[in-house]
Amino acid sequence: MTICIPLGVPVPHFGNLGAKSFTNNLSGHFCTQHYESPCLSFNRHEVMKWNGWGYSDSRFLFNKKGQAEFTGKRYKLSGMILPALKDWFEGTFGASLQHKSPATPLLNTSAVQAPTLNQDFVEELKSIGVPFSHEAEDRAFRGHGHCLHEIFALREGKIGRVPDMVVWPNCHNDVEKIVALACKHNVCLIPYGGGTSVSSALECPPEETRSIVSLDTSQMNRILWIDEKNLTAHVEAGIIGQDLERLLNESGYCTGHEPDSMEFSSLGGWVSTRASGMKKNIYGNIEDLVVHIKMVTPQGVIEKSCQGPRMSTGPDIHHFILGSEGTLGVVTEVTMKIRPVPEYQKYGSVVFPNFEQGVACLREVAKQRCAPASIRLMDNEQFMFGHALKPQVSSIFTSFLDGLKKFYITKFKGFDPSRLCVATLLFEGNREKVLQHEKQVYDIAAKFGGLAAGEDNGQRGYMLTFVIAYLRDLGMDYYVIAESFETSVPWDRVLDVCRNVKARVVRECKDKGVQFSPLSSCRVTQTYDAGACVYFYFAFNYRGLSDPVHVYEQVEHAAREEILANGGSLSHHHGVGKLRKEWMRETVSEVGVGMLQSVKDYVDPKNIFGNRNLL
Amino acid sequence: MASEAVCSHRDPMLKKRDDFEDILEERRNSSDLRYALKCYTPVLYKQLTPCTASDLKNMVLCSTQVHFVIAQVSKETGAAPEEVQAEASSILEEMAHRLQLGPIRFFAFVLCKVFKTLFRSVCVNEEGIQRLQQSIHEHPVVLLPSHRSYMDFLLMSYILYTYDLALPVIAAGMDFMGMKILGEMLRMSGAFFIRRSFGGDKLYWAVFSEYVRTMLKTGFAPVEFFLEGTRSRTSKSLTPKLGLLNIVMEPFLKGEVFDVALVPVSISYERILEESLYARELLGVPKPKESTSGLFKARKVLSENYGSIHVYFGQPVSVRSLAEGRVQRGQFNLIPRHIPRRPSEDVQGFVNDSAYQLLRAQEENMVLKPWVLLSSLLLRGGGMMMEELSEGAVWLRELCRQYGAFLHWPDHVPPAEVVSSSLDLHRGLVTISDGRGAGLTAEEELLSQAVIILSCASYRNQALHVFVRPALLATALQAAGSAHKQDVFNTFNFLRNMFANEFILCPGAAVQDFEEACFLLMKTGVVLMEQEEVLVTENGHRTITFLTSILDPFLQGYQVVCRFLCEASTESLTEAQFVPAVRTFIVRLLLSGRLRYSEVLSSDLQKNALAALQRLGAVHKLKRCVCVPTLKVNTVMVNSLEDTLGKNRPEDEPLTNANTCLFLCVQVENFPL
Repeated sequence: MTICIPLGVPVPHFGNLGAKSFTNNLSGHFCTQHYESPCLSFNRHEVMKWNGWGYSDSRFLFNKKGQAEFTGKRYKLSGMILPALKDWFEGTFGASLQHKSPATPLLNTSAVQAPTLNQDFVEELKSIGVPFSHEAEDRAFRGHGHCLHEIFALREGKIGRVPDMVVWPNCHNDVEKIVALACKHNVCLIPYGGGTSVSSALECPPEETRSIVSLDTSQMNRILWIDEKNLTAHVEAGIIGQDLERLLNESGYCTGHEPDSMEFSSLGGWVSTRASGMKKNIYGNIEDLVVHIKMVTPQGVIEKSCQGPRMSTGPDIHHFILGSEGTLGVVTEVTMKIRPVPEYQKYGSVVFPNFEQGVACLREVAKQRCAPASIRLMDNEQFMFGHALKPQVSSIFTSFLDGLKKFYITKFKGFDPSRLCVATLLFEGNREKVLQHEKQVYDIAAKFGGLAAGEDNGQRGYMLTFVIAYLRDLGMDYYVIAESFETSVPWDRVLDVCRNVKARVVRECKDKGVQFSPLSSCRVTQTYDAGACVYFYFAFNYRGLSDPVHVYEQVEHAAREEILANGGSLSHHHGVGKLRKEWMRETVSEVGVGMLQSVKDYVDPKNIFGNRNLL
Repeated sequence: MASEAVCSHRDPMLKKRDDFEDILEERRNSSDLRYALKCYTPVLYKQLTPCTASDLKNMVLCSTQVHFVIAQVSKETGAAPEEVQAEASSILEEMAHRLQLGPIRFFAFVLCKVFKTLFRSVCVNEEGIQRLQQSIHEHPVVLLPSHRSYMDFLLMSYILYTYDLALPVIAAGMDFMGMKILGEMLRMSGAFFIRRSFGGDKLYWAVFSEYVRTMLKTGFAPVEFFLEGTRSRTSKSLTPKLGLLNIVMEPFLKGEVFDVALVPVSISYERILEESLYARELLGVPKPKESTSGLFKARKVLSENYGSIHVYFGQPVSVRSLAEGRVQRGQFNLIPRHIPRRPSEDVQGFVNDSAYQLLRAQEENMVLKPWVLLSSLLLRGGGMMMEELSEGAVWLRELCRQYGAFLHWPDHVPPAEVVSSSLDLHRGLVTISDGRGAGLTAEEELLSQAVIILSCASYRNQALHVFVRPALLATALQAAGSAHKQDVFNTFNFLRNMFANEFILCPGAAVQDFEEACFLLMKTGVVLMEQEEVLVTENGHRTITFLTSILDPFLQGYQVVCRFLCEASTESLTEAQFVPAVRTFIVRLLLSGRLRYSEVLSSDLQKNALAALQRLGAVHKLKRCVCVPTLKVNTVMVNSLEDTLGKNRPEDEPLTNANTCLFLCVQVENFPL
């Protein structure tokens, strides 16, 4: 075993860090809470839903009065009543609380195929003392990500091919041993981090005949050291995003990497999918954050010899690893940049008369390179959606104020409520600079007809991203299925992509016999010098469709075709997985695919890492 | 917005068409003034960017497209960017419309009066109007009417005004601008003027194309233009011009709009206002220059009856569904979209095919009046008795219906009456020939008869799209010299290729056309398909004879052009000299009785033949000096083409000098009018 330097409390093998109280001072969405870590990761399915998003105790439901509420205690929204959600839900989708489509409550373990075990591999694994399991629950939990079709099947109690066993290495050396054994016995390994994939990357290839072993990195969750001189931290790759931030916060640092899935996704997963965080404008995306990566491959360990901040030594080998989606090996340890926790943070929002003006403003902000930590522009549909999630207001005064604001914007300023859209902002840093920065951005916004609309609206906008996946589960209880997808696109095409993809989704739904007009919405979530990242949501009521998942897949496929035809990329940060594989060739060219293939052929000639993503 | 609307149907009999409403009927019963002043609130494009006609100009001048070209031109010519900018601005000034409601109302009032005097009825398919309204709301719309008369675009705007639809902006030729007051009036009713040719002028092209695209993208108004580019003098659809179609498709191909709806509109005139004008023009009498005073002189037409007009708004065709699987839109991803580029080969092919499909959609919904059938029969020559004509018309009516023609034949009236009232409407074509004779030279007489023949031919031509494929097959069957399917197809293909400039035959669709023709002839019991053979049945001969007779004048015409070119090949012939020279040649042959059809005097046919020969590589344009290219004839090839064409023609009966024109006179005398 390598010399692991556990930070803070020594970590027992499967032990419990003990109950700790923590305040996430960065993300206001998680409220003060007691939080168990990291025992969560070993038996995650006890805390988390097996057939839906997130924690078992947190879910949306319509109570007996027909009002929506969010259960649990984990989030700011937890325990609150959302009076407007029902009307929005029924109005938008033509859904009704009368028509329920509940999920199968419990996993039927007999529906899980008996494991195909490689006995020699199992025997040797026992001898090296790495914990493993072939329980149906453990396997089923690790056989899927969070694509709609995966969750839909689980809710119907359908379990396809799942891993035959799960192993829990505890450190880099364990991984080396497991990979060596897998090579020796020709076993297929699928690395598993946080399980939040939305690209079918975790699905077991049905054509795989070997024993499939899910390599769960959740026990490799320590910060091994922090280097305050260089502002770097060396971290095991299985650590979950929120744990990483919390542990670093305790020492006064943060990575600032906050993808929307950070509650559940892992560092290794970020590296292998080229993840992007909400605050990338300050901290950068994952490829900007990593200084050093260690990965175990069938050919051995790949890593650089030093921690120099930049090198001219041929193509950067990190870029073979970043985005390799588990096809080359297991990322075990990563050295990341860290920053002192910012002293001040402020949300904000701006209302624009229409989406075009909003995009023009974001473009200008990007041009002047003064984007705040985060800047997002929601379209009108999403703005309405956000409004439907407003919790019950406690005082008459607040509701009066809300009414006044609305009156000011729509009547006095003449904004059309069916066209206006809102940008949400997050500023971070030194208080004085934040205020100065804020003014600069609001001044630009004003040139595009934008009106400052308060911190609340901004904060609610960001909350939406954390609860949206929970909302999908609610929709699925009432015949509504939903999915999101993303792309990146040059500035001059942002509006075109948004308009055409949204329209295409509507058109395809209609053509495929969807009875009610779907929700088709988008937001611009990241700005770059040369373009932006656009995120789409679509959802529809599937009553009356015999094969809703197939319809949904056709619509999503068409939407992706539309994105590509309009100059958007195959993916900005979700990755390719198996879901978007078919477009790889046209995306990176024949030679590009050949290049990647030859790396795969050299690194993993026996296809031990056989999840068949990407290529 | 189904794309099947433009695909050929398996069985044309099954084609479903909408019913017509006469919009003049209401006008005859209520106040025209009130109508002209009515409340006008059209449905608009849902994503309309509200702007005025002058905002449009600014948008165009500020666009990155135009800026780019201004910079480019200024670099190339050394002119200051401001100068080029000013030039762009004046181009736009010259071009732009100033759409206003006032002049529209004025036109609405005047046209009411005019239409009511000229026409018995103006019939419109209201379902088409509803579809159009829907389309205007959903997508930018392009209106593509057929072009047979000056009347067309006034008529279009009039109808759209009547139905409270968004008024179109119309691409018009610069020649209209010559009409001072009228030109300005037209401008204010939505016409914008484009130069007839601006080949190399980058700036002009940039301003013009950006202007059209801006109007389309903002949803300012439906854009209307004529696919055929100009009025068809022969009533045959002209092969499409692709420039504007390219421009209006581009916003979709480049992702700037979700879709564009193309609406083919078929305008059928029972009697064309310009009928004899066209015939004279085809015979070489130059067309009068458009001028307002000329229009006044033309007012004598007001005293005549021009029957009815049928306007059919076709199924909107979605550019998106047309392009599905045809065009890789990703091809525009790697170069900024404002940089002008020649369309790639696949885009060119796509636009060309779409243009043909749209023209076919236009043709399919052209309404054929009884006179079309009568002139088809009469032009075969030889004279005909009244009963024979009626009987023939009834027979042809059935054939037309079988072939899916959109025939407007009053079924409740006895055929003889239909025939006589139809002859009555077109008596102009008859009486003129009646009084001729003394004091004219043979050539003058020939030409005046040819005017009649060409006028009649223009009516027969209206039915050509119905018969052209079966007629090509019928001719091929006679000429192939074998019933073997492959031989027949080869001959069919040769003829089809030869006539690609003459008729609307989608490029690359030889097999489909052949199959369609076979299907139609089989369905009507004219041929039997046996294994590898195509056999003409006993009962089929009448149809075969009729069909070949339709194509025969064209065959002879092309043959004569070939012969002329061979004989003239020694001299250096310029393109401009070609038509007068070939005309003299043909007049000589006609006068000596060695040619059967005076129809071959049509300059349209002659030009098409020359274009075909150039396309086939039998004639080349030689550019010795820049301005006058001469024609270089490949005599061997032209000779062999002539021979092949000759083989395809039925034997000429010995001519009895009975001029084809006369039968009409004879008929008229026997006939109480």
